[in-house]
Amino acid sequence: MKILVCISHVPDTTSKINFTDNNETFDTNGVQFVINPYDEFCLTRAMWFKEKQGATVTVVNVGEANTEPTLRKALAIGADDAIRVNINPTDGFLVAKELAAIVKNGGYDLVLAGKESADYNGQMVPGMLASLSNFNFINGCVGLEIEGENITAVREIDGGNETVSSSLPIVIGGQKGIVEEKDLRIPNMRGIMMARKKPLNVLEATSSEAKTTTKSFEKPAPKGAVKLVDADNLDDLINLLHNEAKVI
Amino acid sequence: MSVLVFADSTDGKFKKTAFEVVSYGKKLAEQLSTNLVVLTINATDASQLFTYGAEKVLTVSNDTLATFNAKAYASVIKQAADASNANVVVVDSSINGLYVAPLVAVALNAGYASNVVAAPSNTSPFTVKRKAFSNKAFSNTVISTENKVVGVAKNSFGVHENSVEGTLENLEVTISEEDLGVKSEKIDKVTGKVTIADAEIVVSAGRGLKGPENWGMIEELADVLGAATACSKPVSDLGWRPHSEHVGQTGKPVASNLYIAIGISGAIQHLAGINASKVKVVINTDPEAPFFKAADYGIVGDAFEVVPKLIEKMKAFKAS
Ligand SMILES: Cc1cc2nc3c(=O)[nH]c(=O)nc-3n(C[C@H](O)[C@H](O)[C@H](O)COP(=O)(O)OP(=O)(O)OC[C@H]3O[C@@H](n4cnc5c(N)ncnc54)[C@H](O)[C@@H]3O)c2cc1C
Ligand SMILES: Nc1ncnc2c1ncn2[C@@H]1O[C@H](COP(=O)(O)O)[C@@H](O)[C@H]1O
Repeated sequence: MKILVCISHVPDTTSKINFTDNNETFDTNGVQFVINPYDEFCLTRAMWFKEKQGATVTVVNVGEANTEPTLRKALAIGADDAIRVNINPTDGFLVAKELAAIVKNGGYDLVLAGKESADYNGQMVPGMLASLSNFNFINGCVGLEIEGENITAVREIDGGNETVSSSLPIVIGGQKGIVEEKDLRIPNMRGIMMARKKPLNVLEATSSEAKTTTKSFEKPAPKGAVKLVDADNLDDLINLLHNEAKVI
Repeated sequence: MSVLVFADSTDGKFKKTAFEVVSYGKKLAEQLSTNLVVLTINATDASQLFTYGAEKVLTVSNDTLATFNAKAYASVIKQAADASNANVVVVDSSINGLYVAPLVAVALNAGYASNVVAAPSNTSPFTVKRKAFSNKAFSNTVISTENKVVGVAKNSFGVHENSVEGTLENLEVTISEEDLGVKSEKIDKVTGKVTIADAEIVVSAGRGLKGPENWGMIEELADVLGAATACSKPVSDLGWRPHSEHVGQTGKPVASNLYIAIGISGAIQHLAGINASKVKVVINTDPEAPFFKAADYGIVGDAFEVVPKLIEKMKAFKAS
């Protein structure tokens, strides 16, 4: 099995989000970047396939040179090699198209991606990639087993789970559950040393076909101060929720 | 030209998000001076959508579509878009909506904007406001292609009544073997419980409750309010509550009308997932807890004293 894990490079969740250039550009000053949390779960699942079922694992990012430390981290966790497609990932379709070219040329049969990236929260790349590659697609995946060509997976649905079956080749949109948090791999010293010698190939983009553009960003309007209600006067709370907020 | 809305249903029944996307589609059709067409698949009573402005409803009844299948549904939406000459398709942000939308976008060679929170601020260029950076910001995105797919964030545009005399029209579709590449084997659902995704009100509790044995009052409060129960991440990690109740950045997103947080400190990762809720109430012993900065209403107090009293007050309110 040839596995491709799609890694998006996102601000750590505690980062302060600010914008510059008239709110046109995300201000990366002082922001710590990490592997997108959902992608980390997928990468760990890929390592299990590698160790137990003899798969090879490539990680890929569509992005500029500043994302390389994130790819090195994925190599330190255990991926065999890395690919960076050198273009600013301004739009989900553009990213999916570049990834589809990698999938086709590399002959991958299992593509693991996160359900959602924590930056633009597009929730679009995995589905688009599956369609462009004409692969099967399971989203919101919280359990995955593959024997030969046959796939059994569990996906989250409203109020429960659905067990589905399918076959390779496939794109999986994964989340916590595909492995548990306690299973997540952290790079160790040996991994970090080895990662330095592993190949990180930089490819030029094949096209730059964006279908959307971000014109500007804005922050939510500042919230008014909290209204405190006395613990001994809960009628006030009920009154506020009923008459002011109109939510009960 | 027209606007096509996909109004999803489960076991034949529409969720609130279906009414919300139809309301959105109505507004969009007005802005674009065009007509609105709504697609339903195996819905029991499609005429319910007339209330929200659906002038024309296409109904598909097909046994192979009895359980949701993203690829097959995407193919049906594409066929409906072709049949109604639509160049804007609107879907909701339910688990299924988010699953199918990117496939529809590729099929229609359309630009796709997800998690959209309002009607377009401009129709030329077509500009929509979307959630970004885990609810910490919004982006104003232009879709530059002829065909467009808009994913509407839950509980953002709202449900608006706008009754019309609509028509129902059956749509015949073809589904290929290849569309059914992912097969449903088994569905496990908790029945009789309000789900976090559907709930108007969510009652959520954190580590401040000390142990799983204390959740009786949380469930009772939720019961009185017809609410879903939720919890912070450490609570599900400790096994006090099931993982399906974990909300926040790495758990389920919440976009309810009312979110009541009991014994939850309000860490940034928790808030990131529940920020989209309209009104937030916090009950916490510590007046310095960060949740007080994010909440609309707050009670500084001990949950073990406040919650039982609140249950009695809510019962009295409901009975009045
Ligand atoms: C990458 C990452 C992702 C994360 N994702 C999530 C996520 O998705 N969801 C999430 O929730 N967390 C998440 N976290 C964890 C988050 O940072 C916090 O640790 C967590 O939300 C704290 O949970 P808590 O508020 O229940 O517990 P605590 O922080 O321990 O807070 C308990 C609160 O209860 C109050 N309290 C104590 N006794 C009482 C009483 N008798 N009555 C009333 N109040 C009382 C205390 O004053 C305190 O404010 C994530 C962390 C990381 C690093
Ligand atoms: N620039 C990128 N490079 C590689 N993979 C990406 C990129 N952007 C998104 N992905 C993958 O697609 C998933 C969903 O991202 P998104 O559609 O942006 O929410 C992520 O979790 C990644 O696995």
